[in-house]
This record gives sequence, C-alpha cells and structure tokens, in this order.
Amino acid sequence: MAPQLVIDGLTLHFGGVTALAGIYQEVNRGEILAVIGPNGAGKTSLLNCISGLYRPSGGRIVFEDREITRLPPHRRAELGIGRTFQNIELFKHMTVLENLMLGRHVRMSSGLFSGGLYWGRARREEEQHRRRIEEIIDFLEIEGIRHKAVGTLAYGLQKRVELGRALALEPQLLLLDEPMAGMNLEEKEDMARFILDVAEEWGTTMILIEHDMGVVMDISDRVTVLDFGRKLAEGTPEEIQRNPLVIKAYLGKH
Amino acid sequence: MRPRNPFVMDCGVFTTNYREDMAIIHHPGAKLKVLAVIAFFLVFPFMVGPYYVSVANLIGIAIIGAIGLNILVGFTGQISIGHGAFMGVGAYAAGILTATLGLSFWIALPVGGLVAALIGGLFGVPSLRLKGLYLAIATLAAQVIIEFVIVHWPALTRGPAGMVLPAPTIGGITLDDDTSFYYLILIITLAAIVFALNLFRTRTGRAFMAVRDRDLAAAVMGINIFKYKVTAFAVSSFYAGVAGALWGHYLGVISPEHFTIHVSILYLAMIIVGGLGSVMGAIYGACFMTLLPIVLRELADAFGRSFGGLTHVMLSMQEAVFGLLIILFLIFEPDGLAKMWRNVKNYFKLWPFSY
Repeated sequence: MAPQLVIDGLTLHFGGVTALAGIYQEVNRGEILAVIGPNGAGKTSLLNCISGLYRPSGGRIVFEDREITRLPPHRRAELGIGRTFQNIELFKHMTVLENLMLGRHVRMSSGLFSGGLYWGRARREEEQHRRRIEEIIDFLEIEGIRHKAVGTLAYGLQKRVELGRALALEPQLLLLDEPMAGMNLEEKEDMARFILDVAEEWGTTMILIEHDMGVVMDISDRVTVLDFGRKLAEGTPEEIQRNPLVIKAYLGKH
Repeated sequence: MRPRNPFVMDCGVFTTNYREDMAIIHHPGAKLKVLAVIAFFLVFPFMVGPYYVSVANLIGIAIIGAIGLNILVGFTGQISIGHGAFMGVGAYAAGILTATLGLSFWIALPVGGLVAALIGGLFGVPSLRLKGLYLAIATLAAQVIIEFVIVHWPALTRGPAGMVLPAPTIGGITLDDDTSFYYLILIITLAAIVFALNLFRTRTGRAFMAVRDRDLAAAVMGINIFKYKVTAFAVSSFYAGVAGALWGHYLGVISPEHFTIHVSILYLAMIIVGGLGSVMGAIYGACFMTLLPIVLRELADAFGRSFGGLTHVMLSMQEAVFGLLIILFLIFEPDGLAKMWRNVKNYFKLWPFSY
C-alpha cells in the first residue's frame, strides 16, 4: 500500500538560516510516527510545512496521492489534516463547546443567512454536530467543563480540549506538536492513553513531536530523528535507541 | 409557595435535549422578561410625548449601526473607522432609488444595505495584508474617499446641498410622523438583533470569532481567513447601510455632513462603552451614547435657569464631560456596560452573601 503522506526533498529557508534541508519522509496510514530531535532541529517547522503555515522553499508534499505543497492551510484542513500546537492555540474567550464546534467547521456547511435565521437546515445541522461533539467530550472525559470558557481552564485540560478540537475535524492525519509538554506524570499517562485510543478507534495516522523519550518509545510505531534540519535516522523505537548517531547527537554520550 | 430571589434564575433548570441546551434564552422566566420588554416597546409611543418617541427612533437606528460595527470590530477583530461612510453609502443608494428614480422604499432599503455591503466588502480587501492600526488607516481612506465622492458627484448625490427623501408608504399609509416610523424602526431593530444573536451561535459567526482570537489556529481548522474577514466587512456594512437608509428617510434629508468621520468615531465609542464582542453591549452603548448628550443638555439648561450666566459655560462643558466619561469607561470597565450589567446580575444572584 502506498504511504499516506510523502515528503520529498523538503527544504525551508528563513533568510540565510536553513531550517529544513532536503527532508525525505514517508508516513504510512494508521501509524504513529514520532519526530524527535534537539531544540531548533526543525521539528515544528516540518509540521508547519505539512499543515501549510510555512511555504517550503523547495521539495514536495504529497498527501493521499495529491500534491498539497502550495495549498493554503484551510484547504489542507478540508482534506483531513488536523493539528494541535506546542503553545496552546485555543480560542480563549469561547467555551469548550464552541471550540470543538469550530473544529467541525469543515464538516459543516451552513452559511451566513441560514445561520442568522437559525431556521431549518442550519438548526438541524447545529444539533447533529453537537451530538458528534458530545461523543468527543465523552471520549476525552471533559463533560464537566463543556460550558466553561477555555481561558479559565487548567493547562492540562486546555491541552486535552485542543486535542478534542483537532479530533472534531475527523482528521485522516493528525499532527501533534508536543501534546504532553509541561504536564505531570499522571496527565502524560492520560494523554498517552487518549492518543493510543484515537489510533485504535479511528485508525488516525499521527505525527507526534515529543521530548519525553519514555513516552516516545512507548507509544510510537516508528521514530524519525532530526538534527539541524537534516534527518539523522529513522526506524522503530528499538533501532533508534541503539543507533550510535542518535545517541551521539541527541541522547548524549554515556 | 416560598418566596424566592427573583435574580436567581439558573437554579433547577435542566435541559433534556441539545435544542433546549443551545437556545438563546434558557429559562422560562427569562422568556417572559423578553416578552415583557417587547410589549413595553410596543406601547411605548402611547405613554410618552413625540419628543421621546423621536429619541427612541434615533436610538433604534443607532442600535442597528452599532451591532453592525460590533460584528466587524468586536466579533471579528477588524478595526474600522469608515462606518459612518458605509452608512452614507446605504443612505445615498436608497435615497437615489426613492427620490431620483421614484422606486418604493421597501425595495430601496434592502438595496441600500446591499450596495453598502458591496462597497464595504471591497474596502475590506486590504484586511488580507493589514492588521490593527494599519487596517484602521485603510478604513480611514474608505471614509475619506466615500465622503469625497458624495461631495464631488452632484449629478448623482446633489453634492453638498444634499437630497430630500420622500417618506415611505405602506398600504396607503404614509410613515411621516415619529410614531409610525417608530414601529418600522422597532421591527427592523428586533430583526437585526435576532439575526446577530443567531449568527454568533452558528458556523459563520464562530468562524468570525476564531479569526479574531487566533487567526493561525482558525486557518488550521479549515477557516478561509480572508473570506471571513471580507464577509464580516460586508455584513457589518449591510447593517450600516440599512441604518443609514432608515436614518435618511426618517430625517427626510441627507447631506455629506451626516456621514463624516465624527459619526464613525461616535459608533466606535458606542461599542467600546457598551462592550466589544457583545450584541447586548452594542445595544447598551447605542442607548448610552444617544442619551448622554441629551441628558447633559438638559442638565446644562437646568443649571442655566438657576445661575443665569452659566448656560454658555455649561453647554461647552458638555463636550468635556462626554469625553471624560468615555475615558473613565476605558479605564474602569473596558468590557463596557454589558459587563457592568452582568456584574450587577451576578451580585444579586448571591445576595445577601458575598460569594
């Protein structure tokens, strides 16, 4: 089976700085791929290129046999690429429900007038999608906070809501930028469980950036290591742990 | 039955389906309150003299315009100081249709709104690249250009002299006095309020707020930022155009002086004082900013009667008090009257306990 996502020779320059230097990466349908590397290695830049926030200087990105290198971010969301951010990018003044409903934007169709009149189709659509949102609320165990403004929630819960918002899009490919950053052990375990459940229940492909090596080795199917915008290694968690290049560049000498 | 605190409305209200949970008005008591308010405004002209009805008419028009500006500035986060000019576009478009072409007001009113929406959307295009103060200057350009066109195209607009507009008629009745116009404005104002409230609980309105709060996250959620910014400009200008067309036909005369930058600033002040990003805030702000000069003038007159020589001084103090009040609002309650009203309600919910 052809890989779901192919990144071919991806290059990204910021002025004179090279953030990504000819990355080649295949991502298979349904797998959890972890991207690791030291700070400034280009991990987030890679995700930003996939979700369309950065325009690469060279190379191609092909998603489900379709070249998306030049597509704007909202078109990629329509194709089923969802993501979360390293520094939570929720809509802080809105409630959890509103944030999740925003996640369903591309799955809904009512426009300005039917929405303003709240008549017939728009009303039915809001109610139907509310039902889908409640399934995600149920899944993430955030029933008690659904009417709360997101800005008032604790950090760990905000991370969870952001995952929910990305899931509401029903993504084929989910990009998770440090979903466990700044969490305590218990919260990390919860988040790891949610990620594994998502993979199992919906078969969603995930690309995951994470610094906690324990988590990475536990939940990912494959690992890619970046260093200074170049790909250092790729393989199963076991292979990566034994790879001398990786040990030297990232894990440190023992 | 045990007497209960009338401010405590949320307790014991449970919804059993999503439709009830997503309603604008949750509580049966609140529904009664809204009906009572509407009933009050239906009989209002019979309780007061024509002067107060005319004040109410001006407030109604200001509410439509202020909700429109709040859709753009408060809900979508795009600053505009061209709102007065967009009102002018609506007023002149409708006025040309009724006064020059002799068409019915009922066609001219929506067309005036649509022309304003078109022009407003056009001047919203720079929002693709410009944000904040830079966008404000671009909308200032809209204000200047539109005013210039109105003054310098006399063949269409009769230039600085202005236009005389006919009163609308419906079924043989001419709406040429304050009371008959009052009901026209009341209906359109209610429709404008309901449309805005519905808009912000559905897909398009949520997208507006997403663009305001986090535009990159909005794009990643599949929201076409540019499309929604321009749409917000168009919707906002539609409201402005309808308000302008109503205003013009109510006054019976329009001229370029009605739609200057002062009007734009006045509307910005309304939504800032009332509460950015709140439909109710736009309503409170429109009431406040329309009533304030009237109240201040009455006060000046009252003082002037007691202290003969002071009338002149007091009248010039008006402007200063007006400015001072806006500054005080910005400092002490940046979320505006809507927030103050919520605070009062929350206080009484728990009264007599402090928390």
